[in-house]
Amino acid sequence: MTAETDAESLVGSPAPPHPLREFWFYFSQNAGAVAGLVIISVIILLALFADQVTAQSPIEIHTDQFLRPPFWEDGGSLTFPLGTDPIGRDMFSRLVHGTRYSLLIGSMVVSISLAAGIWLGLIAGFARGVIEIMIMRLMDIMLTMPSLLLAIVIVAILGPGLTNAMLAVSVVALPQYVRITRAAVLTELAKEYVIASKTNGASVLRQMFLTVLPNCLAPLIVQATLGFSVGIIDAAALGFLGLGAQPPTPEWGTMLADSREFLQRAWWVVTFPGLAILITVMAFNLMGDGLRDALDPKLKR
Amino acid sequence: MLRFFFTRLALVIPTFIGITLLAFLLIHAVPGDPIETLAGERGIPAERHAELLHEYGFDRPLYVQYVAYIEHVLRGDLGRSLITHERVIAEFTQLFPATIELSLSAMLFAVLLGLPAGILAAAKRNSVLDHGVMAISVTGYSMPIFWWGLLAILLFSNTWHLTPVSGRIDAAYFPDPVTGFLLIDSLLSDQEGAFRSAVSHLILPTIVLGTIPLAVIARMTRSSMLEVLGEDYIRTARAKGLAPSLVVGVHALRNALIPVITVIGLFVGSLFAGAILTETIFSWPGVGKWLVEAINRRDYPVLQGGVLLLGCSVMAVNVLVDVLYGFINPRIRHTQ
Repeated sequence: MTAETDAESLVGSPAPPHPLREFWFYFSQNAGAVAGLVIISVIILLALFADQVTAQSPIEIHTDQFLRPPFWEDGGSLTFPLGTDPIGRDMFSRLVHGTRYSLLIGSMVVSISLAAGIWLGLIAGFARGVIEIMIMRLMDIMLTMPSLLLAIVIVAILGPGLTNAMLAVSVVALPQYVRITRAAVLTELAKEYVIASKTNGASVLRQMFLTVLPNCLAPLIVQATLGFSVGIIDAAALGFLGLGAQPPTPEWGTMLADSREFLQRAWWVVTFPGLAILITVMAFNLMGDGLRDALDPKLKR
Repeated sequence: MLRFFFTRLALVIPTFIGITLLAFLLIHAVPGDPIETLAGERGIPAERHAELLHEYGFDRPLYVQYVAYIEHVLRGDLGRSLITHERVIAEFTQLFPATIELSLSAMLFAVLLGLPAGILAAAKRNSVLDHGVMAISVTGYSMPIFWWGLLAILLFSNTWHLTPVSGRIDAAYFPDPVTGFLLIDSLLSDQEGAFRSAVSHLILPTIVLGTIPLAVIARMTRSSMLEVLGEDYIRTARAKGLAPSLVVGVHALRNALIPVITVIGLFVGSLFAGAILTETIFSWPGVGKWLVEAINRRDYPVLQGGVLLLGCSVMAVNVLVDVLYGFINPRIRHTQ
C-alpha cells in the first residue's frame, strides 16, 4: 500500500471506484458468467465470419453424400467434418450459419419486447389509475397463458415463418419487461431527485426517459440477457413444431424438425443442432446470472 | 382469510374474459373470413358462403358475435372438430387425463429430486457436491426439451433398449378407462403386466418434462436455504447445541420452503405448455399433441376450444395455488 492511500484512509473512505470498474470486479469473480461471456463472444465471431470458417455452403445439396457421418466415424471425411444431413447438406456449415439466426432471433425478440415493455411499463407507472390497471391486468392475463401455448396461438393466427415466430415470442416475453419497468418506476417516483426534477418543470417525457429510466436499467439489463435465451429456445421450439423458420433455413430448431425421423440411423443430425441450442442458451443464462449478481446491490457485501 | 379468498377469486373474471377474447379472436384474426377458414382447403361456392355467413351469424357486429360465443362457451358448446366431427369438449375431456398424469408425474419427479439436491447443496456450500448440483441445474434450466426428448429416446430406447419409444401403454393391453389415468386403470384391470407397461411408458416423458422444473426447484431451494441459514434464529439453534441435521432439516427448511412452494405452483402452468412438446415427441395421447395436430390440420375449432380449455385449466390451478399459498404463509394473507 502506498503512502498516498494510507493518507487517504486516514482522512476518510477512499473515493468509490468507477461504476464500470466496480461492475467488472463483481462480474469477473463469477467464473460461470465469464465463461458465458467468452462463449457468446465466440458465437458472435462465428456468426460474423461464418462464410470464412466453413468450406461448404449451408444450403447446397450434395445428392450423393446424404447422411455421411462425422469425420471420426467410419465413412466420414474432413470434407464434411460433422457429417451431412438427410439430403446431403454440410452439417458443420449449417450449424455455423445457424449462429446468425439464433443471434438475430435473440436480438430481435429482446429489442421488440424490451422497447414495447419499457413504454408500457413507463406509461403504467406514470399514469396510474385506470390506464395502469388495464395494462397490468392485460399482462396478468398474458402471464396466465403458458408462454409456448400463447406463442403457438399467435403463429397460428399470423401464419408460420421466422418473422412471425419472432413476433410471437416477443409478445409472449412482454409482460416480464412491463412488470419490471413499472415496479422500478414506482420505487423511483417516490424519491427526492424525481420530485426535484418535477419541481424544476421537467416534462413527463423528460422525466420518463432521462430522469427515471436510467435508474431502472439494472433489472432490465438482466432480464434482457435472460430474454435472449428464452427467445432463442422458444423460437427453436416453434421451428421444431414446423411453425418457425422454414426449410432450407439453417435454423437449429428447424434442423431438428427436419431430421427427427433419421434419429435411429444418424445420431449426428439430431445431436449437434440441439447441442448448439443448449450451449448458446446456457451461455446467455450464465451471463444473465452473473449480471444479476454484479448489478444487484443487495448481494454486494 | 375470506376477504383474501374472494379477492383472488375476483381476478378470475377478467382473466376468463381475456382467455375467451383470445380464443374468439383466434378464428377471426386468421386471414380470410371464418367460413373460408372452417371450410378449409376444399373451398366453398359463393352463394353457399353468403348463406353460411348469415346462418352462423358472422355478418353480425363483432361484439354481438362475442356475446353469442360466450353463451355457447358457458353452455359447454365449443363446436366440433373439422376432421373427426367429434365435439371439441368431449375430445378434450377424453385426452386431458393423459396430460394431467404426465404433468403430475413430472412434477413429482422434479420435487422428489430437486428438494433434496437443493438442501444438500446449501448445507454443503462450495463443496464438490454443491458445484455439481449447480452445474446440472444450469444445464437443465437451459435445456431445449424437444431435443432432450429426442436424445433420451436415442439413448434409453434405441441404444440401451431400456424403455419404450412412444405411447402410453403396450398395444397388447386394454385397461378399461375408469379414471382416464392409466396408472390407476391398469392397476384396476386384471391384465398382468399392464401396470408395468404403463409405468415404463411414463418414465422417459416424465424425466424430459420434469427436467426444467427440477433444475429450477433445486436452484431455488439452494438459494432460499442459504438465505435462511444466515438468519439469527439459526445461529441460536446452533449455539444451543442442536444437531446440524435438525437445524437444517427442521428449523431452516420450514421457512426456506415458502418461496419454493410458490415456484412449484407457478410451474404447473408451464408444465402444460411443456407437455405440448413432450407429448409430440413421445406420441403421448394428451391435449398437447392434440393441439399441435390441430394446428397442422388447420382444425380451428379444436385449436380455439383447446386453447380456451387449457387456458382455463391453468387459470384454475393458479387460483388454487394462490389460495393454498395464503393458507401456508400468513404474511401474504394479511398484507392483502
